[in-house]
Amino acid sequence: MGKTLAEKILSLKSGCDARAGDIVIAQVDLAFAQDTTGPLTIRQFQAGNFERLANPKKTVIFFDHAAPSPNRELANDHRLMRQFARETGCLISDVGGGVCHQLVAESLAKPGDVVVGADSHTVTAGGLGAFATGMGSSDVAVVFALGKTWFRVPESIKISVTGEFKRGVMAKDLVLQLIGAIGADGATYKALEFGGEGLRNLKISDRLTIANMAVEAGAKAGLFPADRVTRAYLNHQKRGEDYQALAADNDAGYESQININLTALEPTVAKPHQVDNTALARELKGTKIDQVFIGTCTNGRLEDIATAAEILKGKKRHPRIRFIVAPASPQIMLDAISAGYIRTLVEAGAVIMPPGCAACLGLHQGVLASGEACLSTANRNFKGRMGSPEAFIYLGSPATAAATVITGEITDPRDVF
Amino acid sequence: MLKGKAFKFGDGISTDHIIPGRYAYLRSNLPELAKHVMEDADPDFAGKVNKGDFIVGGSNFGLGSSREHAPLVIKMAGVSAILAKSVARIFFRNAINLGLPVLICDTDGIDDGDKLEVDLAKGTVYDKTRGGKLTFGRLPKVMLDILDRGGLVPYIQKYGDFKL
Repeated sequence: MGKTLAEKILSLKSGCDARAGDIVIAQVDLAFAQDTTGPLTIRQFQAGNFERLANPKKTVIFFDHAAPSPNRELANDHRLMRQFARETGCLISDVGGGVCHQLVAESLAKPGDVVVGADSHTVTAGGLGAFATGMGSSDVAVVFALGKTWFRVPESIKISVTGEFKRGVMAKDLVLQLIGAIGADGATYKALEFGGEGLRNLKISDRLTIANMAVEAGAKAGLFPADRVTRAYLNHQKRGEDYQALAADNDAGYESQININLTALEPTVAKPHQVDNTALARELKGTKIDQVFIGTCTNGRLEDIATAAEILKGKKRHPRIRFIVAPASPQIMLDAISAGYIRTLVEAGAVIMPPGCAACLGLHQGVLASGEACLSTANRNFKGRMGSPEAFIYLGSPATAAATVITGEITDPRDVF
Repeated sequence: MLKGKAFKFGDGISTDHIIPGRYAYLRSNLPELAKHVMEDADPDFAGKVNKGDFIVGGSNFGLGSSREHAPLVIKMAGVSAILAKSVARIFFRNAINLGLPVLICDTDGIDDGDKLEVDLAKGTVYDKTRGGKLTFGRLPKVMLDILDRGGLVPYIQKYGDFKL
């Protein structure tokens, strides 16, 4: 029988015939931690007396979750991380450098890689055809030291995509619908593997959004083949040499298959306090919102900001709405400035944050008060995530977010075109 | 044999219930961080739990973030094992990597406050309050070995590499 994408990549990197259910030791091509998991990663590395990195140029410390530092405790953590980078010679992306997963996609990961990060949304790089997965600090500390780790080869669920999005519908709506259908534990320990003729209509920005949220269904990885769309993206990033075609075998074995017709999708929102608690945006009309946040590793890319700017051109935010925008990387920030999107958004009433995670996890730049509601383009709406445990987080696409900025309540973007 | 009282929680206890992201600034001050263990699921938990007690969850326990601080603060609270119907992948691996046993079993029959005894070697949970007996699945060998060494870092220190 042929192999799934997960089996192919893990076979190549382990030197074994890796099949679902097997436990293998695989070489890791890229390992990283960020500023909320990095300090414990460093302490575990030190506790193991590991001293040297296996691959300093394939090891990265990112500053994105709370950067620049909002308080002295986190400033001390940042200092520890800079000192570790100096001592070990690993790569470092300091404050303003952007969200780790976006930088991994722009500059570091390539099709067929194994990527391990001390962050659950490491799955994002699956959009480029990398087997990328999140782990905790101890696991990543050991990868830093040994350059390898153990994996249970996951069973795969095939998601077959046809059609193309209608206007106002985005990749976020697809992945929210999928998670709503299979549940927050619908793919636990498994890989979600995307295929079908509709993939040609999914740009890399779409694929990164979808792979990013695979973990919200419990998945170990969200995997896309590497195809012409991938090659065009890597060429655009001046990384054409990193491209290799990658596809599952036609006779690969899948645990199950789910078919999604992009044309049939509608703007979708996850309601508090779980990502699988989904509804259509139009069903939530009238739900008052206090803050709208566009950004993060899920939806802080240029295409997301362009979508919001198109909807908000010449419009003003509703007086109740605090409107926060955080481009996911400096490249996106600069491109958004050049294209005039940032001007449009500021004229509409946006506050622009530096490239980073911003309000996503309740540390700074838009912490919610008790009783407040936020419509966010991020990936998690757990109780307490953005500040008060008495706050309410709704997740939606950048188009739904922009429409909500205008009306002050959850709005289907097609109502404001 | 592990002995203690059951603290029962529902389905879908996330890493933000266990240790909310807003306390990330305390992650290098573990004694202070540990005071907030399970705060958004039960604000009084840290004051009630005793050494040896068990956290008993439903399905998808520990979903969400990769933060290893979630099993770490549970371990610091003295909890001797987590029992749940199913456990999110990263949390599962993190707990074992810290030497904290995670036991997958049907927890519906366990009530809050039940006195439990767990035999890790036999794979059995005895509910002394209700007289019930449950079995839990075996871990893969690599995870059992890591648990035996008290966690991943001591395991690698001992063997210098993974051994399958």
